[in-house]
Order: sequence, then C-alpha cells, then structure tokens
Amino acid sequence: MSVTAAPRVELDYTGSERLTMNMGPQHPSAHGVFRAILTLEGETVVGVDAVIGYLHRCHEKLAETLTYAQYPSIASKTDYVAAMTSEFAYVRAAEIIGKIDVPKRAQYLRVITSELQRVASHLLWLGTWCLDMGGALGGGATIFLYCIRERELILDLFESLVGARLLYGFYQVGGVRYDIPTGWAAKCLETVDLIDQRINEYERMLEENPFFLVRTQGVGVISRELAQEVGIGGPLLRGSGVAYDIRRGEPYSSYEDFDFRVPVETSGDCLARYRVRMAEFRESLKIVRQVLDGLPEGPISSRPGLKSVAQTRIPKGEAYARVEGARGEVGCYLIADGSAKPYRMKWRGASFSNLAVLPHIIPGHKVADVVAIMGSVDPVFGEVDR
Amino acid sequence: MRDWLVLLIGPFIVMNAILAIVTYVTLLERKFAARMQSRIGPYRVGPHGLLQPIADAIKLMMKEDVVPTAADRTVYNLAPIVFVLPCMFIFATIPFAPGLGVADLNIGILFFLAISAMEIVGLFMAGWGSNNKYALLSAMRAVNQVISYDLPFIFAALTPVLLAGSLKLSDIAAAQSGLWFVFYPVIGQLAFIAFIVSTVAAENRAPFDILEAESELVAGFRVEYSGMKFALIQLGEYAHVIGASFLGALLFLGAWAGPGPEWLGPVWFLLKAMFVFLLITWVRWSFVRIRVDQILALSWKALLPSTLLLLIATALVVVWRTPGA
Repeated sequence: MSVTAAPRVELDYTGSERLTMNMGPQHPSAHGVFRAILTLEGETVVGVDAVIGYLHRCHEKLAETLTYAQYPSIASKTDYVAAMTSEFAYVRAAEIIGKIDVPKRAQYLRVITSELQRVASHLLWLGTWCLDMGGALGGGATIFLYCIRERELILDLFESLVGARLLYGFYQVGGVRYDIPTGWAAKCLETVDLIDQRINEYERMLEENPFFLVRTQGVGVISRELAQEVGIGGPLLRGSGVAYDIRRGEPYSSYEDFDFRVPVETSGDCLARYRVRMAEFRESLKIVRQVLDGLPEGPISSRPGLKSVAQTRIPKGEAYARVEGARGEVGCYLIADGSAKPYRMKWRGASFSNLAVLPHIIPGHKVADVVAIMGSVDPVFGEVDR
Repeated sequence: MRDWLVLLIGPFIVMNAILAIVTYVTLLERKFAARMQSRIGPYRVGPHGLLQPIADAIKLMMKEDVVPTAADRTVYNLAPIVFVLPCMFIFATIPFAPGLGVADLNIGILFFLAISAMEIVGLFMAGWGSNNKYALLSAMRAVNQVISYDLPFIFAALTPVLLAGSLKLSDIAAAQSGLWFVFYPVIGQLAFIAFIVSTVAAENRAPFDILEAESELVAGFRVEYSGMKFALIQLGEYAHVIGASFLGALLFLGAWAGPGPEWLGPVWFLLKAMFVFLLITWVRWSFVRIRVDQILALSWKALLPSTLLLLIATALVVVWRTPGA
C-alpha cells in the first residue's frame, strides 16, 4: 500500500497574525508532563518549542547512592510503563562489568517478562493514542478501555509473579528474583491467546475505519534520513524503513534462540508506526509462546540469596548495556569503582531520543495532528526526564 | 384570561418535560456508552444509578462559579443564556401528538432549522468572552463547522418536507401514517443517513466534536466555565441533540404512529426519538475524531452536493408521482 506524504505547508509569515499556545505541561493529551509551545497560524502549526524537565527526579545521582541490589527496583521508575526493560538494562550493565553469568532459565524468564511488558506497553500506547485522536468522550475512549482491559490481564500475570503490578524489581544482578509459580505458564498461554484474538479485533476496528485512516495516513512523516540523523529508535525507526532491532542486531539474554520477525514499514507516517507496533504485538506473543515451550529447568540466579553489602560488590570497570525496550533502545552506562555502588550511571532513554524528532515533523501540520504525532511517538516522561 | 393561562402552562409543561428528558438522557447515554465499552456505567447513586443525573445536577449547582479576571464579563456571563435559549426554543414547534404541542406553526420546520442554527451565537460568545486561546480556537472552529453542516442538515431535513408537501410538522407526521419516510424507496434511506451524519456534525458530537476536542483544546469554548454556567451549556447541547432526535423521529420515523391506542402516541414518539439519539450516540462512541480541514472537506465536497442532488431527485420524484402535474 502506498501512502503519500502530506505536503509541507509553506506559509507566508508577513502580515499574518500568530498565536502562541501552550500544550502542556498540564494538558489532557500531554503524555506525562511534556510542554510544547506551539506557534499557530490559524489552525496550522508553524513552530514548536519542546520543553522537558518537569519530571526530573535525579535518577542518575540516586543510582550512585544505592547498591547494585537496591537500584533495579528504582530503575523501573524511569520508564514506568515498561518497567521491566529499564531494570533489564541496568542489571545487564552490571553483569557485563562483573562478568557475571546468568543461568539459562533466568535468561528465558527475562525474555518472557520483557516481551509481556512490551505487549502491555504497546497496549497502553494504542489506548492512549486513540484517546488522543478520538477524545475521552468519543470513540477513542472505547478503544482505550478495551486496551486497558487486556493490559490488566498482563498486569495480573506480573502480580502473581512478582507481587507488584507496575514497578517490579524483578531483575537482579545475576538472574531474576522469583521463579514462576505453579500454573503460571498455563495462565500465561491463555492470556497470550486471548490478547492475540483481541489484537485482531482492534485492527479490524481501526483499519476498517476511514476516520482513523485519514487521521494517520501521511501524518507526521519521518523520512529514513531524518530518523537516522536524529537517532530515534524502536518502532519509530522501524516505521521509517530501518530494520534495526537490538534483539536481532546484538542478541542478548538468549534472544538468538527464538524465531521472530522484525516488522518494518517504509512510509514513516503515524499509520506506519501503528502497523509496526501492531506487528510487534504478534511477534512478542510469539516469543512468549516459544519461551514457555522451551523453558529450561535450573537455577534462576547465579548469585542467589545476597545478604551482605560485600556480596553485592562488582569489580572496577565500565560498560554500556542496551536492550530493546518498548520504545526503542534503553541503554545504561555504568562505571563501577569496585564498591557495592556504582561510581556513575547514565541512562539513555528511548523516549528522550525519540522526542527529539518532534520539532522536525510537527511544523506544517494542524493542531489536531500534533496530538496524533505526539501519541505515535509514545513518549514516557519518567524516562525522558529521569 | 383562560387562553392566556393555557399559553403559559403549555410551554411550562413542555419545557419541564424537556428538562427532565435531557437530564435522564445523560444517564441513558452513559449507560449505553458503558455497555459498548464493557463497563457498567453509573451504578452507585440510587438503584442502577437512576439518581445519578440528579446528583450531577445538584453537584453542578453547588460548584463555585469562577469568572476569569481577563474575561469580557458581559459576554462571558451572557453566553450560556444565549446558547441555551435557542436550544430550548427548538421544541416549540414540535407536536408531540396530534394537537399536543406549544405552537404548531405552518412553517414549523423552517422555525426549527432557523432557531437551531442560532446556537452558534452563544457558542462564539462563550469562546470570545472567555479570553482564552483554547476557547478562541474552538469558537473559530465552531463557526466553520456549524455553518458548513447546517446546509446539508437543512437539505436532508427538506427531503421529507417535499415528500409530505408541507412545512408544517404535524402535516409531515400525518403524511407518514401509511409509510414512514425512512422506508420510502432509496430516497428515504439516503436522506435518513445524510440526516444522521449532518446531525452528528451540526450538534458537534464526536467524531465531529472538534470544538470540544479535549485532547487538543482541553474543553474548547467552555474551558473557563464552571458551576451552573457550565451546566447551562451542557444542558443546551443535550437539549439540541434531543431536539434534533425528535425532529429525526418526526421526519423519518412517522412521529407518533405506532400500534396501540392513540394516547400511546407521545410514548412512541419518545421511543423513536431515543432510537435516533442512540444512533447518534453509537456513532459518537465508535469513531476517532477527524481533523478540522477534513470535516470541512467532507461537508463541502461530499455531503452538501449529495444532499442537494438528493433534494432535486426527490423533487423530480414528487412531481412525477403527483397526478396531473
């Protein structure tokens, strides 16, 4: 299917009246606390100034004061919509420095939680994105509630696994904290099948809806060149025709054992990003099924039962670890000085990098498109501001 | 003296009945939407949430009335009243049963359409008077949209007028005693669909609710309103939708025609109006909102020419079928 890009509107600025409008930090469609200062000419946006930093919580400084055993549960608070993957990046960095082995079963459990988390995150994205386009008092709310219903099922799974629903602290340096309880695998398979069915339902509901198509086709086009230049990642990058996925490019945690496809779309508009994410739902569910099929027996951590601070020490060194989060590359740069706490830690937030593309693509669009584009970028501000 | 009293009491009863219907229609919509979204909806206030609208009304009445300092006070305060009045007046010409109505004018439908288009004045006043950028943008959109969609709305509503050969609403209803206009071959269905679409748009309901557009404009023209003024605007909007639903039921669904004794007529009429209302609600809760330029394009490029063609076709059919013409 070919989608033509929306023509950039060239505006004559002389003698016309402009309006500066704040969208955020408190706004019904602001995902978190993003503030976009829009310059409008009638309904058309001619300039956008992105302001971030309203949710800064000194995460990186905080990491210097917490031990390697303590921080993973805090790491989940950076990207609270996909908490599992942020923890994953942190423990992976620590494992690389300490050359710590992770048992196969733990690796598989990490994969399963990451993929379920991706599905949960994409469900929330689909819901909120439609809410942005369709309104809290309209069709968007309908999709939103459907998506939330399915996300609940995954949160239930996490709850029975970890005991928490949003922020987990499931990953540990050397493995994972809990093994799956009895009956969990069966319940998981059931959920996966159900969500698989429901995804088809949403696809029918949206893609056969002309209103949805006119709102997304050709809107917010990110060209391949722009995508690579700005350094966006995840579904945005794949929606612009770059087949880049860390799970495939630099397999970690046994991702090479599983058979999955990296979905790519070439048109780079909102619809392409939507299609990529819809395909990722299916791929993630496929991976979950494969993991459950081949889950090996064995220990779940190479460093079980850490009791004292001394045991959490990691030798001197530094490393950058990255995982494929729901929004793109989640990276963690860690410098260890041989003590139980890192000397310095730096997050590479996927949302932060993705957000940088907004000022390039928004000008020329209508106000209504701004929310559609912003939603399709799927930023989580815990991760942007940290 | 007696005539005078009748003149006062009739409208009084109708107005209160409308207020009651409007209040409870909010519950109907919320329940209906909840079912669509696999929720239960209001359930706590009274049995099955039946007292919820009353609780809402009391809450709104007790809310603090905030007026922004920068607002144009006169315009700001007047806007809800200017908005709500035409929304109530549209019920004046609707006959709820043969001979039961406030004023069965011989140009009833013209009055309805003219008055219903007046709401835009209040709307624009609210947007302008609030002195808020969101409200102003919303008011600009409102003028665009309401004007674009009033024309197809009128053309769609005129099709039954041609079929019945009268502008008087009771005559149009009576003309459907044999065959409801919605069942009139081809023309009836097309006109009904056009009517529903343009009603949804002219009433600013989703997916055409770009004036409210809370994901872009927070709450649009009523962003600065609170308390009773907000309630008035809300009331006006719902009254307008209900008015249009009654009109739809009257023009296409045979008004009070239905089985059973004659006194059941108003009940049938109400049920049909609610059916039209639920159709509009169904559309509202299923689609995503479309953009302002797309809305205008849909009206001027598709809906307006097609309703106009339909009107001409209807006129030809009527002429062709009238003996001796």
